[in-house]
Amino acid sequence: MAEPLLDIRGLKTWFKTDDGMVRAVDGVDLHIDRGETLGVVGESGCGKTVTARSVLKLIDMPPGRFEAGQILWQGRDLIPLSMEEMDKIRAKEIAIIFQEPMTSLNPVYTVGDQIAEVIALHQKLSRKQAIAGAAEMLRLVNIPNPQRRVHDYPHQFSGGMRQRVMIAMALSCQPKLLIADEPTTALDVTIQAQILELMQEMKERFGMAIMLITHAMGVVAETCQRVTVMYAGNVVEEASVEALFGDPRHPYTQGLIRSIPRVDRSAEKKQRLEAIAGTVPNLLEPPPGCRFAARCKFAMDVCTQAVPPLKEVGPGHYVRCVL
Amino acid sequence: MSAPVSAPTAASAADTAKPLLSVRDLRKHFAIRGGILSRVVDKVHAVDGVSFDIEAGETLGVVGESGCGKSTTGRCILRLIEPSSGEVWFQGADVMKMNHAQLQAMRRDMQIIFQDPYASLNPRLTIGAIIGEALTIHKLVNSRQALEDRVVQLLETVGLRPDHMRRFPHEFSGGQRQRIGIARALAVEPKLLICDEPVSALDVSIQAQVINLLEDLQEQFGLTYLFIAHDLSVVEHISTRIAVMYLGRVVEIAPAAELYDKPIHPYSEALLSAVPIPDPTVKRKRIMLEGDVPNPIRPPSGCHFHTRCPIARPDCSQRSPVLEEKRPGHWAACHYRD
Ligand SMILES: Nc1ncnc2c1ncn2[C@@H]1O[C@H](COP(=O)(O)OP(=O)(O)OP(=O)(O)O)[C@@H](O)[C@H]1O
Ligand SMILES: Nc1ncnc2c1ncn2[C@@H]1O[C@H](COP(=O)(O)OP(=O)(O)O)[C@@H](O)[C@H]1O
Ligand code: SF4
Ligand code: SF4
Ligand SMILES: [Mg+2]
Ligand SMILES: [Mg+2]
Repeated sequence: MAEPLLDIRGLKTWFKTDDGMVRAVDGVDLHIDRGETLGVVGESGCGKTVTARSVLKLIDMPPGRFEAGQILWQGRDLIPLSMEEMDKIRAKEIAIIFQEPMTSLNPVYTVGDQIAEVIALHQKLSRKQAIAGAAEMLRLVNIPNPQRRVHDYPHQFSGGMRQRVMIAMALSCQPKLLIADEPTTALDVTIQAQILELMQEMKERFGMAIMLITHAMGVVAETCQRVTVMYAGNVVEEASVEALFGDPRHPYTQGLIRSIPRVDRSAEKKQRLEAIAGTVPNLLEPPPGCRFAARCKFAMDVCTQAVPPLKEVGPGHYVRCVL
Repeated sequence: MSAPVSAPTAASAADTAKPLLSVRDLRKHFAIRGGILSRVVDKVHAVDGVSFDIEAGETLGVVGESGCGKSTTGRCILRLIEPSSGEVWFQGADVMKMNHAQLQAMRRDMQIIFQDPYASLNPRLTIGAIIGEALTIHKLVNSRQALEDRVVQLLETVGLRPDHMRRFPHEFSGGQRQRIGIARALAVEPKLLICDEPVSALDVSIQAQVINLLEDLQEQFGLTYLFIAHDLSVVEHISTRIAVMYLGRVVEIAPAAELYDKPIHPYSEALLSAVPIPDPTVKRKRIMLEGDVPNPIRPPSGCHFHTRCPIARPDCSQRSPVLEEKRPGHWAACHYRD
């Protein structure tokens, strides 16, 4: 089998705090193949963002540190790389966009200058040519009047437009992988639909892979080929999108899918939602054994003794559960 | 000049039963100040002529994208914000004419819960004090013991433990804080609960817990809800009828199932088709709306939706459509859809 583009193995990213060690990412395995879209889902605080930022080594160290594991990028471990070497990877191979684009755009430079800077990293161009390239990127992400808007500042754009600018900037380096951390969570549903469609178009055009982080199961179902489900710093299930929704095997995944109201099923609408009892455990002192045990209706004594291994239950379908 | 006011109700015109709440041509214009003299330079038409009725026992859902005026509508009904004009009738009484004391008394019957369970609870008060506050204000208990008993009862009603009353808000998760907010609202035994995005800040599994709780409480106490949210799946699940808002106006009101099956307004249709469905085997045709929601400081002329409407005709920018009953109980504001 071909080597995955990105292969994260047993990654542990911990944070040292005054209260103790926060085990934000505590043994994560996931991989992304060339050109595919992988969804990473889970509730708030389960470690999605820390995983994503770990790949690009955008974690402040201290308080953070890599406790264990490997991040293999086309077979080469990124963890031991120097900052200079990582800069090259960030400029040319892996790009990231965030939920709130304003935090990653610099308010005092025009968007054209910011995109041009990225373009200049991998092409020898005059400033004028680079700005023209930036306008071309804005046109590509459907910003009206790109020739004029290229000279505007980030605050002159709406939330949806800023996310388009971020995508334009991310794509300017023609990455092999785009990491999108909740790119549409802050947007209205009609704007979300526009941005997801744009990402799909760009993916087809540039042939890149996407790691789409989200808590919205609907977004995953509509845009991803494979899914990794995280819970409290662990991967609990990995499957193709069809298997995950058609035959979810982990009690947490089942709960997640069943707790969402469905607009497309009005006949069943008065059915009660199946909520998952309780709340996410504290990552400061994660419980021994299965981290979902306190909320799981199938929990048994063995569940709390050791963390269950990830076992294969079907082709490419893995579950971390003793059942 | 205000548009002729229509009165979309659940009941047919022949039905004489009075609705619990009636809102007529409600407007709220916020002044935008600027310059060194801080003069009024512009107005935001946050709510621009909203009318609806709510029958006792039903849940009216209000959906729309951010900034369309949902929260402002909810706050104006309670007069937490003074409306610029319009009428609000609650249990037959004219809310706009009430003095301070009458408003206080009315708010026993009409309570509100907010989106942000973090910001809406006073961090320095214990949960017991937060829930008990209204009981004391409205003199609903006459002894310390009675107060404590009632607080314990309320905590249990919303699925919290009696010993939680001595703790502070920061010790609770988002879902638990939302339960505290609900217990506080229920303390005075209201008839109408305005829920402003009560589950939007919560994780899906916790969202389901709170939605189930709200449904149970409605059944147990015969509550009426005005349920504001931007998540259409949640609104369709919980509502009897739904009002869709766009730039300060209601563009459609219909029974929940009917709105989802046969939307009339092109905006409702697009909004519904944009909701991602958590099932990869479902393939739907999506109506992609172009552009952004316009700035409410200068909303488009005529039909506010004409700049994004896929079926707009030239006169849509001239004439403003009114909400009409296009099918029994199903109201929409569009010149070219019936
Ligand atoms: N710098 C830090 N110091 C201490 N703890 C941290 C730090 N950054 C993140 N954490 C903790 O790590 C855990 C995982 O955080 P992360 O941001 O990855 O969650 P997430 O899955 O992205 O959640 P969300 O859906 O809310 O974005 C959380 O418990 C968080 O509080
Ligand atoms: N206090 C205020 N001052 C000025 N503008 C306001 C104020 N409150 C709300 N607005 C504006 O009114 C419009 C409607 O806001 P809101 O009712 O909060 O919308 P929603 O709840 O539907 O997101 C928005 O344009 C918002 O910016
Ligand atoms: S291992 Fe046990 S507690 Fe964990 S999900 Fe499986 S059955 Fe539930
Ligand atoms: S009135 Fe015109 S612009 Fe408005 S929704 Fe109807 S067709 Fe579209
Ligand atoms: Mg995150
Ligand atoms: Mg609001």
